[in-house]
Amino acid sequence: MSFLDFITANWRELIMLTREHIAIVMLSTAFAVVLGLPLGVLLTRVRALQAPVLGFANVMQTVPSLALFGLLIPIPFIGGIGARTAVIALALYALLPVIRNTVTGILGIDPKIREAADAMGMTGAERLRLVELPLAAPVILTGIRVAVVISVGVATVAAAVGAGGLGTYIFRGLRQNDNNLLIAGAVASALLALLFDLALGQIERSFTIGERTKRTSRRIIGLGIAGALAAVAVVGGLLVSQANLGRAGELPASGERIVVGSKDFTESIILAEILTQLLEGEGFAVERQFELGGNLPHDSLLAGKIDVYPEYTGTAFTAILKRDPITDPEVVYRETAGSYEREFGLVLSPPLGFANDFAILIRGDVARLQRLRTISDTVPVSRDWQAGFGQDFMSRADGYPGFVRAYGFAFARQPREMDLSLTYRALAAGELDIIAGNSTDGLISALDLFQLQDDRRYFPPYEAVFVARRDKAELLRPAFERLRNAISTEEMRKMNLEVDGNKRQPREVAAEWLREN
Amino acid sequence: MSESRTIVSFRDVAFEVAGVRILEGVNLSVARGETLVLLGESGCGKTTTLKLINRLIEPTEGEVLVNGGSTMAVDAVELRRGIGYVLQEGGLFPHMTAAENVGLPLRLAGRDRALIEGRVAEMLELVGLDPERFAARFPHELSGGQRQRLGVARALVADPDLLLLDEPFGALDALTRAALQQEFARIVRELGKTVVFVTHDLHEAMLLGSRIALMDKGRVVFLGTPEEFAASPLPLARAYLETVAL
Repeated sequence: MSFLDFITANWRELIMLTREHIAIVMLSTAFAVVLGLPLGVLLTRVRALQAPVLGFANVMQTVPSLALFGLLIPIPFIGGIGARTAVIALALYALLPVIRNTVTGILGIDPKIREAADAMGMTGAERLRLVELPLAAPVILTGIRVAVVISVGVATVAAAVGAGGLGTYIFRGLRQNDNNLLIAGAVASALLALLFDLALGQIERSFTIGERTKRTSRRIIGLGIAGALAAVAVVGGLLVSQANLGRAGELPASGERIVVGSKDFTESIILAEILTQLLEGEGFAVERQFELGGNLPHDSLLAGKIDVYPEYTGTAFTAILKRDPITDPEVVYRETAGSYEREFGLVLSPPLGFANDFAILIRGDVARLQRLRTISDTVPVSRDWQAGFGQDFMSRADGYPGFVRAYGFAFARQPREMDLSLTYRALAAGELDIIAGNSTDGLISALDLFQLQDDRRYFPPYEAVFVARRDKAELLRPAFERLRNAISTEEMRKMNLEVDGNKRQPREVAAEWLREN
Repeated sequence: MSESRTIVSFRDVAFEVAGVRILEGVNLSVARGETLVLLGESGCGKTTTLKLINRLIEPTEGEVLVNGGSTMAVDAVELRRGIGYVLQEGGLFPHMTAAENVGLPLRLAGRDRALIEGRVAEMLELVGLDPERFAARFPHELSGGQRQRLGVARALVADPDLLLLDEPFGALDALTRAALQQEFARIVRELGKTVVFVTHDLHEAMLLGSRIALMDKGRVVFLGTPEEFAASPLPLARAYLETVAL
């Protein structure tokens, strides 16, 4: 699909994501200004507060964005998943430049000017309004501009907590190995950053002394661009809600609402989509909270932000319950179900029929040329190979450390730790020589990769299941029964390929599977 | 109170900051209509003395009386609104036009726009700036002398009895300074204002002062008319006089 075709086919979604992005950025910046400006002014009056407040804002900025989103999830009222959390996290980021530039702007004013204001008999408030804020305006606006540009960037990460925005395309593009998605998401957010920068730059310069003659025109240009962006946020919303009206109208008024979550990779989204459509067919109002990164789905489930999401028994057993890996699928399922019930009050669905085990992958041509079939086959030839693994595999109990020990690998170079979806492309491109993927991944055949056999049975089983909150378990039971052992590994790999390789929508692919089964 | 001849008086005033004495035992009085010049070198305490009058700083010991009442007994904002203040380069607000700068004290007092406009034009005329040409200009579009004129206009706009000036002409070139000194003397005479004027320039002090207070190391070491100053045997006074004789 050419980029133009892609845009033609997806412009509606692109506008919706852009709109979400603008809304998140504008709202968070507004919060940061409403909070940061008075705080900054306060710091110029009560200097003793400067160190602690600026220190706090500084620390907020050093927290990696994904970690901040994660930390906010369990916090009531302000936390959770979705756009609200994103707005709060971004506002926290934007706070530092706003506060710091307010302080710098006001304290940077010539003391003679302040003396003149005081000597004239201005009250503190008059001095602030008539003298300090107008003179500090260019510096404060620079701070807001920095805040906005940072926010446009960080907001792409917000897609990981289900906040939407252009990051959705970027994450999806990485996952599905789809350049169109990547370019659309990245270019659109870069454009947004440039437009915001231009708008605020014009407004900022209109406050600069000596720019008087161009003042009005600058302000018009700046406010015009900002207004246009706001209009996209509002009108784009109307447009999309118009488009969604038909679907919304069909929603039954059964009163029972179920929120389905998913992890941030294709297979999880397809499974969640299958469940969602099944539930919709049964007459439930279903909300999608897909594409949650890392352990967010589990945390969100515990926090009651979602009701159900697809999980793997091996992941639940080792990564969430922190148990030592074992290889018998039935034992893993039984133990996980029991512990989930006792520890979290969560219910496991019956197995869906396939397992998504770790797959140790090499390039197909290398496998054929050197006649490599099992993992053990590669140990003697892999000394100089560059390995690369997802963060998940590097850190988990059943991941890299145990894997290397079990097979006796001795890589000369430290493995690259990178985004899982990128390892496939890097392997195909020859940048990496061995990776740990997922056995159901559609890219395995799409990129001509070869899955080595786990001849020492090191990897625990990863049977696909749904995890649900106990209070929704009864409602979900019919759907769970319908999906019991219903999806084969081959079918799952095909569905993954449809999305990752053939760039089809998970929604379509899920619907197709439901029609055929 | 306006009947009283004394408008400002210092009673045993001392001022210290972080344990360092800046002023010590200052006793002064300023009579209505006179121009008192505070003369001295940098760091002698003359600017400190000036700022005590409109309570930009507050005395550590003793008291400063303005119109018979202690400055500490009245609201600082109210006190300052009744006193004109001019500092070097005029202390103009760079984001406001000449007219806005001059009109600001009236705006703070809540006067209506028409009155402010008329009064501002009048003040600009008074300090020799054509309102037509200068009202809409920003401070950076004016020369140093013009800025200083604006500073004086702004200090006079609310018609205060008392004017405080902190080395207003110090940064100007000699010719501009001389012209402004002459004009300022004329304006003060015409309007009958009481003035406290800080300078380190004896020539300026002799020209403008009805009395001169010579300050040294935080104390007033001489107080008298320019003629008395010229005749003073005080070594510091002689040193000053020699600079003019050259």
